[in-house]
Amino acid sequence: MSTNTSSTSSTTSAPEKDGSRRKLFGGANLRQFGILGSLVVIILLFQLLTFLKTGRGLTLDPNNLINVINQYSYILILAIGMVMVIIAGHIDLSVGSVAAFTGIVVAKSMADWNLPWPLAIVLGLVVGALIGAWQGFWVAYIGVPAFIVTLAGMLIFRGGNQFIGQSTSVPVPEGFTFIGAGYIPDFGPFPFSAGTMILGILGAGWIVYHEWNARRVQKKMGSEMAPLWTSVVKAAFLAIVILTAAWLFANGRAGTSFPISGIILVILVILYSFITRNTIGGRHIYAVGGNRLAATLSGVKDRRVDFFVMMNMSILAAVAGMIYVARATASGPQDGNGWELDAIAAVFIGGAAVSGGIGTVIGSIVGGLVMAFLNNGLQLMGASADIVQIIKGLVLLIAVGVDVWSKSQGRPSIIGLWGGKRKGRFESAQAQEAPTVVPDTDNATSQPADLTRN
Amino acid sequence: MPSGQHPILEMRSITKEFPGVKALSDVSLTVNTAEVHAICGENGAGKSTLMKVLSGVYPYGTYDGQIIFRGEPVQFRDIRASEAAGIAIIHQELALIPELSITENIFLGNEMTGRFGRIDWVHAKFRASELLARVGLTTDPDELIKNIGVGKQQLVEIAKALNKDVKLLILDEPTAALNENDSQHLLDLIRGLKGKGIASIMISHKLNEIEQVADAITIIRDGKTVETLDISRGEINEDRIIRGMVGRSLESRFPDRTPKIGDVFFEVKDWTVQHPQVPERLVAKGSNLYVRRGEIVGIAGLMGAGRTELAMSLFGRSYGNYLSGTIVKDGEEIELRDVSDAIDAGLAYVSEDRKVLGLNLLDDIKASIVSAKLKKISRGLVVDDRKEFAVAEEYRKSLRIKAPSVDMGVGKLSGGNQQKVVLAKWMFTDPDLLILDEPTRGIDVGAKYEIYTIIQALAAQGKGVILISSELPELLGIADRIYTVFEGQITDDLPVTDANPETLMRSMTSARKRVQN
Repeated sequence: MSTNTSSTSSTTSAPEKDGSRRKLFGGANLRQFGILGSLVVIILLFQLLTFLKTGRGLTLDPNNLINVINQYSYILILAIGMVMVIIAGHIDLSVGSVAAFTGIVVAKSMADWNLPWPLAIVLGLVVGALIGAWQGFWVAYIGVPAFIVTLAGMLIFRGGNQFIGQSTSVPVPEGFTFIGAGYIPDFGPFPFSAGTMILGILGAGWIVYHEWNARRVQKKMGSEMAPLWTSVVKAAFLAIVILTAAWLFANGRAGTSFPISGIILVILVILYSFITRNTIGGRHIYAVGGNRLAATLSGVKDRRVDFFVMMNMSILAAVAGMIYVARATASGPQDGNGWELDAIAAVFIGGAAVSGGIGTVIGSIVGGLVMAFLNNGLQLMGASADIVQIIKGLVLLIAVGVDVWSKSQGRPSIIGLWGGKRKGRFESAQAQEAPTVVPDTDNATSQPADLTRN
Repeated sequence: MPSGQHPILEMRSITKEFPGVKALSDVSLTVNTAEVHAICGENGAGKSTLMKVLSGVYPYGTYDGQIIFRGEPVQFRDIRASEAAGIAIIHQELALIPELSITENIFLGNEMTGRFGRIDWVHAKFRASELLARVGLTTDPDELIKNIGVGKQQLVEIAKALNKDVKLLILDEPTAALNENDSQHLLDLIRGLKGKGIASIMISHKLNEIEQVADAITIIRDGKTVETLDISRGEINEDRIIRGMVGRSLESRFPDRTPKIGDVFFEVKDWTVQHPQVPERLVAKGSNLYVRRGEIVGIAGLMGAGRTELAMSLFGRSYGNYLSGTIVKDGEEIELRDVSDAIDAGLAYVSEDRKVLGLNLLDDIKASIVSAKLKKISRGLVVDDRKEFAVAEEYRKSLRIKAPSVDMGVGKLSGGNQQKVVLAKWMFTDPDLLILDEPTRGIDVGAKYEIYTIIQALAAQGKGVILISSELPELLGIADRIYTVFEGQITDDLPVTDANPETLMRSMTSARKRVQN
């Protein structure tokens, strides 16, 4: 946690300049859609570009969407764990190697010991938990920085994968591939996947209910409320996106629909959003990342939190590794190379702070989807791997750069505005409460500079 | 003493607006050559904003009004421009780099370079020693900043400013973190600089210090100049200043109270704690103390005497290595292995540094208030948002936390309101014993009064309060009984009726008298 950054204390020089502009727009303009908006823009842009190139929009083609989910679900699963690690103020570089290690152990267990695949999945989760406990032990109880522990882990488990597999691929049986290459089974008389549509309708309904319920509670409590139209627009927008997506997924090639790996992802997103936002443990992660000393003096057992986030990350890495192996139908020595970087990029594009304490699961997922659709769109356009990498790097830099710049100008965080409760609250306080609080009371001078930076 | 002839600085009708709020409106300030000019005002009155306008943090063009420095109108674009003109600002939080030496810090950003930009350390060190001598420091200039105390660091900051040929020194709460001796030394130095033609602007909440060193005082309230008082006209005294700051005279700085003191319910026996890094050093040496229900017990001691160390080691061994000693609460011996044990046992510790140890500045008010006892508003492991909001709203009203909503980030609050949030956080844990470590540090007079009222209300509910404070008047004003601490030992135990600043100071500076109990 960096608290000593005195040199940047003068970043608040310009807010007054655009004050009038902000009043004009009422603080609510297109930027509010932030990163979610960029995701939509990227998707539509590539839809248009592919249309211009081939005469058919390829990005939103059902088969392509299914493909994207199949290809990126494991990165997004990693991002869920990674955002919690980063909120707590750590980092995990070992996830790709841990995924690969778990993959080879699971594949070997089925190939050599004839372990039934459900048991193999359990074994995979246990391996993930053990690795996580190992890394968590070094981070939490010995006090080695997570960067070092997981850098070591990256080497150890990559080597472990190649040692166990003797640097060759180990195939996995049919049943196991279901978790990586399976789909919601078809049923009913419809020409599309009924199961996918039912899930879509449930999802959209839940969004609308959630927004309505939130407003109801806010009203009852007399809490600060966003204008009604923003809630309506937000709920309608999200519901339409979900229904459209469901419709597209439901109309893929016969036998395909929303992938099982996608369902695992959705379940994990819901579960971990709940954990981070609504449970004591989740609060403790934010507390430790936001101010470790204050958290410990409030009775938070910070070591336990460190241990948990590191262990949890490795378990999710194991899940990701197994899904990947299932999809590839074999575990190989190069599995998971570079995944850690994709996951970390997703988390930061999704609005997390390097210094910890800030970030959301859902934001990281959207950040991950931005990277996924960018990658996919460029590939559809026929860009080669080198170009794709360059562009991904630039997008990461620009996305975070624009957000940082925007905040240093005293405007609300682009990334923070659209969604995550955690970020939204704080940033909106900054944006809307300005009239009631003098921006620099005597004590505000000592505010850690990372407050204004991320 | 010259008065009124040569203004070195004139700020005329400065108006500074932030979106939706006028932080300064039509503020004027005139500082004469060779004068110590104090600026007083409650937190949020606009003192720091004014200084930021002056030093170029808010560049020319972002405010209205005129600044005339040494006879010429100036338009600073940034801090560098104001420094070049001879204005140096020394912030409350020091801008020194702990891992660098004194010399390196003094010349940071202003290095003495020879050919090819090579830094000339020999001359730099020589010059550093000269500058240190001028501020009365005899420390080796090669010493690292982290190895010298806060008081000396403050002096290094001034030396750094002197190196830049400063004409006007702005000191923002210079003595807030200093003990009595260091404060006195600093004040002497400021007076000394005046004799050498360097004017100072001093922002301070410590009215006795202002009274001691200031030649003139400008009082700011709600972004407006209230008045300028001149010492040569005998206008400066504490009551007068307070009246100007709060717009009314405070009858008393401490609320009235009739203590209702019950039986002893909390006792510490033979408490001995080792320093975490230096095992030979004992930060608490066989300390004995007790607290009765409804009693406010003061702990007085100089900085480094071990007050905070004692308090934190009692609070779930959060400081140092526990060696021996027992805690008895309500007749039972209890063992507090960590902070959550202590909270469960009904202890609360409000730390002396609310930003570093008390609050997560990224959190909003409501999350901060419930953060030390989430269990209380949770079903199983799930936090109930509605209860959280309701609880926080209750405290916002009862403690009069000035914020439009409990959804507001605590990082945006003023010091006094942050402190109220911290108090709310610990009141929410339903403690029987509250340990308050410097609860009014850096808080303005009005908010202090409110904090005292809260402390007294807690005592009236039958809770025990341990109050650690560096301000003797505060201890004498609201404590019922005062322990003095010197080098980790409790040296005295006085009912407040028997205590006065002299007796306390004597026990705070020597271990002659030991308490037997």
